[in-house]
Amino acid sequence: MSAQEVLPFNGIVTTQSGNYRADHLLVAEMVKPGSKVLDVGCGEGDLLQLLETRGIDGRGIELSREGVNRCVAKGLAVVQGDADTDLVNYPDDAFDYVILSQTLQATRQPKVVLENLLRIGRRAIVSFPNFGFWRMRLQLLIGGHMPRTENLPASWYDTANIHFCTIKDFVELCDEIHVKMERAEALDLYGRPLRLRLPWWVWNLFGEQGVFLLSRGGGK
Amino acid sequence: MVGVKSVPSPAISADDRSHEVDHPSSQLALFGTEQPLRLDCGVDLSPFQIAYQTYGELNADRSNAVLICHALTGDQHVANVHPVTGKPGWWETLVGPGRPLDPARYFIICSNVIGGCMGSTGPASINPATGKVWGLDFPVITIPDMVRAQAMLIDRLGIDTLFAVVGGSMGGMQVLQWTAAYPARVYSALAIACATRHSAQNIAFHELGRQAVMADPDWHNGGYADHGIHPHRGLAVARMAAHITYLSDAALHRKFGRRMQDRELPTFSFDADFQVESYLRYQGSSFVERFDANSYLYLTRAMDYFDIAADHGGVLAKAFAGIQTRFCVVSFTSDWLFPTSESRALVHALNASSARVSFAEIETDRGHDAFLLDVPEFFDISRAFLQSAGKARGLTDKDG
Repeated sequence: MSAQEVLPFNGIVTTQSGNYRADHLLVAEMVKPGSKVLDVGCGEGDLLQLLETRGIDGRGIELSREGVNRCVAKGLAVVQGDADTDLVNYPDDAFDYVILSQTLQATRQPKVVLENLLRIGRRAIVSFPNFGFWRMRLQLLIGGHMPRTENLPASWYDTANIHFCTIKDFVELCDEIHVKMERAEALDLYGRPLRLRLPWWVWNLFGEQGVFLLSRGGGK
Repeated sequence: MVGVKSVPSPAISADDRSHEVDHPSSQLALFGTEQPLRLDCGVDLSPFQIAYQTYGELNADRSNAVLICHALTGDQHVANVHPVTGKPGWWETLVGPGRPLDPARYFIICSNVIGGCMGSTGPASINPATGKVWGLDFPVITIPDMVRAQAMLIDRLGIDTLFAVVGGSMGGMQVLQWTAAYPARVYSALAIACATRHSAQNIAFHELGRQAVMADPDWHNGGYADHGIHPHRGLAVARMAAHITYLSDAALHRKFGRRMQDRELPTFSFDADFQVESYLRYQGSSFVERFDANSYLYLTRAMDYFDIAADHGGVLAKAFAGIQTRFCVVSFTSDWLFPTSESRALVHALNASSARVSFAEIETDRGHDAFLLDVPEFFDISRAFLQSAGKARGLTDKDG
């Protein structure tokens, strides 16, 4: 983050080119300028717009028709599609990076989706809400009900999120499918990175979400 | 530069129609025997002519030209009063001052397709070799033939690269054919309510229409011009059947339901008791006033033959390999003629070709015809796509 960037409490960072979410800035920082990026579950295209200001060739897939139409109306190259069913149609190595921002937990087959991300892109950037976050644990432990946070406000019966995991779970999944973790960050409630080098269990407890830069492990 | 030509002459008669076939009130590009049109069927069409309209001015670096491709029964009169029917242009919702395609910013070209009957050479034109109407002696044409002819017109106008090619339905097929055949000449492509191939169901409907035309005793094996008549009953039936496919059940129900026309009780006859019946009869009869029956046969056939993948070894993505054109594909939820699944197959192929593509499905109950109607969400997307492409192309933004 440069010196001009200001971080107020709501997690929105003001830069020379506009206001952006702190977690989006972190993701954008992980992408090399000039690369080709597919944002899966791109919502209303905020991250894609940020990437475009950095000279990155961005494409998007979004499930909701309203989201797609707003993206296209912003001039972004976004198509309507479903991460669970449409990624198989993308050829190998089509992109430098494939981003899955706050969408993994809404997919039916997170493992298959993750494998597809790293087939289509040379690298993948995945961020997701951490169900191991201490507030989540407290809500279940003390309150006795399914956790809800500012970022995940829906009730258990009407949420699109069906596969929650913790940072620890995700790290284990990456190990299982031999994905190499090039960079890992835990973010606090405001989307700000926890800059400390801490053991996994601490991140798993204090990170509200995790952001991971992944690449193909082993024989790549 | 070629200026705006508006053609107001709102009288309808069969004479007007037949006059427009060879002597259109549009601008005309004549291609002599030295410039034949090589058709897919192996015939060289020569000489031939293309009638076209233009709106706006070509800019100094010739980078703002937009080609609009018309649908099956459309023509070049996209944004001016139609010389035969006296009605407004068929796409005035999209083209015009303050519209997504504003003549203040773009040089807009729309030509009548080869095989049509509004001034471009087709089966209703005079065959110069015989001095008589072509009729069924006219060679069978394809969508690639139409596009090849358009490319010759674009050459004639001195334009190397089109800023955009825009079209819906059969026009959308031409848009896709343009990008597959001349990828370097198309900067951006807006393909609406179309497909990369005509489906079996659509071919079936077209066959129904053609059989209706050919079953009319006035058709005379396509030689009706020699008899001074027109198979208007068969063509009207064809149009009625086709018109149903352009709508949706929901739209028909909303518009007409089971309401009666000018009466309280059924007549127990085959009069048009229901409003929907009289609406269809009106659609059929007004269509025959402006359209040639043989043209209808040739153009529906051209759509039936269309299959971009087949021309590329059955692999659709190969048609667009390495393409730089920016695409925007739009479909409508209630379109059962060109359903969203067809657009999605196209988008998958474009993605596989690594093309820059946007795809939006618009929710509407108005069926295939929605692309011609006032659908604000569709216009917002078209405007934004063209503006963003214009920005990338370096077109000056006169109105922000």
